[in-house]
Amino acid sequence: MRIRNISAVIVLVVGLCSFAVSQDLASFEKRTTVKKLANGLTVIICERPEAPVFSFYTHVDAGSVQDPMGKTGLAHMFEHMAFKGTDTIGTRDYADEKVALAKVEEAYAAYIAERDKSVGRDDEKVKQLEQAWKDAVAAADKYSAAYNNEFGKIVEQEGGEEMNAETTWDETAYHYSFPINRLELWAYIESERFLHPVMRQFYKERNVVIEERRMRTDSNPVGRLLEQFTEEAFVAQSYHRPTIGWPSDLNTFSATDAQHFFDTYYVPSNMVVVVVGDVKAAEAMPVIEKYFSRLPTRPKPDERGTIEPPQKSERRVVLRDQAQPLYVEGYHRPDFRSPDDPIYDAIEDVMSNGRTSRLYRALVRDKQIASVSEGFSGFPGNKYPTLFAFLAVPLPGHTTQEVGDAIHAEIERLKKEDISDDELKMTKTRAKANLIRSLGSNEGLAEMLGLYEARYDDWRELFRWVDRIEKVTKADIRRVANQTFVPDNRTVGIIEFAGPPGAGAGAGAPQGGVQ
Amino acid sequence: MKRALVGMFIACVAAIMFGAPLQTFAQTSAQTPAQTPEWQKIPIPKLPPFKPEAPKRIVLANGMVIFLQEDHELPLIDGTARIRGGEGNVPAAKLGLVDIYGEVWRTGGTRTQTGDQLDDFLEQRAAKVETAPGEDSTTIDWSCLKDDFDDVFKVFSDLLRNPEFREDKIEIAQKGLYDAISRRNDEASQVAGREAAKLVYGANSPYARHPEYATVAAVKRQELIDWHARTVHPNNIILGVVGDFDSAKMEARLREAFGSWEKGPYFKNPEAKPEPAKPAYYLVERSDVNQSDVQMVGLGTTRRTTDYYAISVFNEAFGGGFSSRLFNDIRTTKGLAYAVGGGIGTAWDHDGMLRMIVRTKSATTFESIQALDEEIAALATKPINDEEIKRAKDSILNSFVFRFDSPEKVLQEKMAYEFYGYPLDFLETYQKGIEQVTKEDVAHVVAKYLHRDRLAVLVVGNPAEFDKAPASLGAPNKLDTSIPPPPKGLLPEQPGSGAEQ
Repeated sequence: MRIRNISAVIVLVVGLCSFAVSQDLASFEKRTTVKKLANGLTVIICERPEAPVFSFYTHVDAGSVQDPMGKTGLAHMFEHMAFKGTDTIGTRDYADEKVALAKVEEAYAAYIAERDKSVGRDDEKVKQLEQAWKDAVAAADKYSAAYNNEFGKIVEQEGGEEMNAETTWDETAYHYSFPINRLELWAYIESERFLHPVMRQFYKERNVVIEERRMRTDSNPVGRLLEQFTEEAFVAQSYHRPTIGWPSDLNTFSATDAQHFFDTYYVPSNMVVVVVGDVKAAEAMPVIEKYFSRLPTRPKPDERGTIEPPQKSERRVVLRDQAQPLYVEGYHRPDFRSPDDPIYDAIEDVMSNGRTSRLYRALVRDKQIASVSEGFSGFPGNKYPTLFAFLAVPLPGHTTQEVGDAIHAEIERLKKEDISDDELKMTKTRAKANLIRSLGSNEGLAEMLGLYEARYDDWRELFRWVDRIEKVTKADIRRVANQTFVPDNRTVGIIEFAGPPGAGAGAGAPQGGVQ
Repeated sequence: MKRALVGMFIACVAAIMFGAPLQTFAQTSAQTPAQTPEWQKIPIPKLPPFKPEAPKRIVLANGMVIFLQEDHELPLIDGTARIRGGEGNVPAAKLGLVDIYGEVWRTGGTRTQTGDQLDDFLEQRAAKVETAPGEDSTTIDWSCLKDDFDDVFKVFSDLLRNPEFREDKIEIAQKGLYDAISRRNDEASQVAGREAAKLVYGANSPYARHPEYATVAAVKRQELIDWHARTVHPNNIILGVVGDFDSAKMEARLREAFGSWEKGPYFKNPEAKPEPAKPAYYLVERSDVNQSDVQMVGLGTTRRTTDYYAISVFNEAFGGGFSSRLFNDIRTTKGLAYAVGGGIGTAWDHDGMLRMIVRTKSATTFESIQALDEEIAALATKPINDEEIKRAKDSILNSFVFRFDSPEKVLQEKMAYEFYGYPLDFLETYQKGIEQVTKEDVAHVVAKYLHRDRLAVLVVGNPAEFDKAPASLGAPNKLDTSIPPPPKGLLPEQPGSGAEQ
């Protein structure tokens, strides 16, 4: 979960430092303005006049968990489409292009209807329909080919920095930074993007996304393992399904599907827009409101989904791969709304933050069986019931069994003995310092304020989190460790080195990874 | 590698752009719609003047250069010392020496305190003192809340002057390197990056070579001590401090700490002459991928040349972000890749790498190479035009403020100029240089640096799935990336497996 470093925020018990955090909150209270527009959109402006620039972060409370059945990867696909322009950006003549795009959809629907027939498919007809679809695509492309990526070009030419967007299981986020004199320009194009998105060049972009899947998952051993691991850990809940999407879904869903996803989930009440930088709320809010209040009000989407049933037996995936060994394991835990949420973060910190952490000292320093070992309090997300995960990278000559056993020994210690006073104090001090360190950039602040506002309906929770962690006790840590880290609640994911297929017996030698 | 792995575990996201966006921009379209588009009607006021405070530069009598950059936003004080001399300077038989040094300098503790004791002391304050290896330098830095400055600075200074390099931590560092060596072929992209550097600079170049089991095993404690004695002298150090302090007081403090430290021999990096491989088609075969990592590589140049401005504009127009030719043609129009980009690389003190990359499905490997060929050929027949130049320059100039929008960035820039002997006003010169770049300048750098017939083509991929290679590419020169086995007895053997390689 991406807020894990920040959410591990804890206040130090002693005077000066706890004063500093409340001081931070007081200072942010003065500089931060929230407005809920009539259409339901939440806008946050945080004044940080350090340099004549600003960063924004648009948080959409929909991620790949919202992908419809048979259409995995659609949330991420729409994210790509949000860079394809609007009815005025990226087209020669939208009225005609619209007609041409509708023909593409018709042709595509006809093509896949025939392609996907399980009985009575006519291959010749498939070929013809595929050609008809491609012809329709070519006809539609004529309206936009000269304006490829115009949206991105405008941002770049106007001085935009670090433009990107991410889709996770939990949410989708868009962001970049601009010189401050482009605030109104930004408000216009960012709102246009979600007012009139156009699903142009959809099927070519789909190929780009399929290449992204090949890069992140298919051709990468860690990507291969994590996909298998996550699918195994969740059988019913949507974390089961990869954000990037399964290949057959990627080769099936349509621009119409993406538009439908947008219409359903890109609803103002489902979005938070944060601006941080050299702005005055009194001047900037009316500008932002002017443009963003144009987004039409739509009903808030139904968020209900299947809830993962309790796990009743240990699960295991073993990847016999050409890569060196790797060990991960995960235990189901509740979502971020659980009162135990800060306790999980404290456990993560004690187990894996820095050279004083338990996993480092046990596996890396003392037993010398791993090069890295860490815990993660929320994988793959935190908006829904998720996993507390552990990772270890075995040193040459050491097995995944050894590192797994060593992690379990540390977990047992956590369950049986209280952590020390020093450990608890260190964790709290560290978290407090981490909060302070995270407040020094427009980009980072925009993201955190957006995320906390979206999760808790109040950005102040970023600072109040400190009070919640302040209350974590040694007994809490033992209780949560005992209720979470039990074998039946565990999923293990392993890479075992197997060498290339067809290689001789010697190819499985532990070190050396002959390629 | 380890970081990347953990990073991947955390991130697990899908995005629109890959990695750190390459700096770039511009494309070929021309027609303006009949009416002025709405976005162009929005007024863009003049950007208020902004000149960030330059850090105070101090040179001690012993040659240590200090930069002090006040930043009172948060109660933090951070510092970095960069020391001349790095992994590039170690003998071939000892590769990995500075990697080990860069870790054990910190983990090995000081004469009076073990590394573990330092860990406890610092973590109680949520502070960091860390050391790191580099190709041409090593660094030691700290980060702390300002109230802890005295405590943390004491550790920093002690570690700077009196490291102990304890044997037990050397062993841990060596094992970590053995692990990294054993994993270096796990990811195709890592293989591609490594092999591309060898093709450009030669396998023995400091910019391409890498440690092996035997060279890591050969490193002894005395050599770490010797390395420290050879490099860590005040006249080899540039120290930058940023944060919530008063410069006058900090200066007095640093003078007191380092003023009486005696000068030592100045460390000069020897020049490394590149020995590029012949331009040809090189192949690393893998059966565990369905995507090819294609790199077309050759020598770039340095930032010292006045060509640097035109090169920056060219890179923006040709191979960077959403506006670039490579992105528009190969990704958007042809749908061949998610990751595509490139340009003429420039390094501070040696020729950078000219590089174009495409990651494409196995079956379009040669189609993508063909597409890159066409892009290079088009630079002659359809040179970067006025509109592309304007876009590129606008992009660089309009985003210029982001090069110094935080005191930390300003400090880092100045430290880099100091280290490589660039004028401290390099950034201002750069801005003026960009403003003056013309179409002719860009055509000139293309003609000077970018020659298809001088580029090596590297493919890391799965030949069983490739499309048909054009005859013009020639037969592949297969690269052997197998890892030389460890000396006998160096590593424990896994039960039930042979030790053969």
